[in-house]
Formats: sequence, structure tokens, C-alpha cells
Amino acid sequence: MTYTHITLLALVLSIFNDRLVFKTHLTSKKVFWTSYSIILPFQLLTNWWLTSRNIVMYSDNAIIGFRIASAPIEDLGFGFSLVLSVLTLWIVWGRKGIQRY
Amino acid sequence: MLLFTIAGSFWLEIVLKVGVLRRVKRALLSIAPVAICFIAWDLYAIHVGHWSFDKKQIIGLIFPGGIPLEEILFFLIVPVAALMTIEAVRSVKTHWPVGDGK
Repeated sequence: MTYTHITLLALVLSIFNDRLVFKTHLTSKKVFWTSYSIILPFQLLTNWWLTSRNIVMYSDNAIIGFRIASAPIEDLGFGFSLVLSVLTLWIVWGRKGIQRY
Repeated sequence: MLLFTIAGSFWLEIVLKVGVLRRVKRALLSIAPVAICFIAWDLYAIHVGHWSFDKKQIIGLIFPGGIPLEEILFFLIVPVAALMTIEAVRSVKTHWPVGDGK
């Protein structure tokens, strides 16, 4: 599997967890999309920093080749699924009454 | 980069009192399962050569499997920043539903 394949899998799994497994439905909530739109520019900035300086290097064979802010497009899917998964669990634990406040 | 993420988000803890650091248990329960999956992904990607790191630009502490210390910290700090962000949005937009019963 390439980075592209795993990213697509992570995207599907994180959305599947949000919508069908935990039914947190963050992906249809304003609070999530507002948060993500705040996070996204910071992610693009850190992606650019890490890739333009070659701190992290990607194999051409592992990526589709389309880059945004010098980083592979796959990084956006990586970041989105990381953020969505953590926020989904945060809501799940809150719903169960764990440290709601 | 990690310091930048901390600087960009942790002020929310003080100014908007988002209370993520106060809720350590809930934060760790949310981050740990996801971090484990992403570290497994990272190990695989490093193993098969999807990505690599410039040894001159990292601290140089490498964990078994070739994961630099910075990667481990990344999977802790970025999720904390994300949690602070959503709690900050909630603290400003109090009428928006979040769905966690608060």
C-alpha cells in the first residue's frame, strides 16, 4: 500500500467512526468545521515548514505527486483523520460523563 | 514546529479557559487509541520507505522501529491543540451543539 492508499483508508475509517460507529456526527456540525478551518492553515504552515526544509522527505513512489504548500496532498487526509478521530473520542467520553466539565 | 503548535494553541487554555489540560483523563483516553494507530502507521511508513527524516534536523533520539522522538510528541501535541481548538470554539459559540452532553 502507498501513502495515498493508507490516507484514503484512514479518511474512510475516521468518517465511518464518526457517523456510524460512535454516531457523534461531528462531520455535520458547525463546531467541527469551524475548528477544522482554524486548524487547517496551521497544518499547511507546519507542513510547509517540515517539507520545504526537507526535515521530512517523501518517496515519489508512495505519493500521487500533487503538492499543497510543498507537502503531499495526502498529508491533508492524514491530518484530517487524526483530528477527526481524536475529537470523536473526546465527544464519546464526554457523552459517557467522563470529565464533562 | 512542535513549539509553534504549542504557542499557537496553549494560550487558549489561559485566555478562554478551555480546560483541556485540566481534563487529563478524558484527553488521554481520546488521544491514546488514535496515537497508537497513527504510530503503527508511522512505523509501517518508515519501514517501507514512504517517508524519512533528515537526521541532521532532529534531536536524534530514535525509538525502536526508527521513530524519532519528535514524531511521538507530534501525536500528543497536535491532538491536544485540536481539542483546545474545538473547546475554544465552543466557549465562544455557546449555542452551537457539540453532542457530548455538556
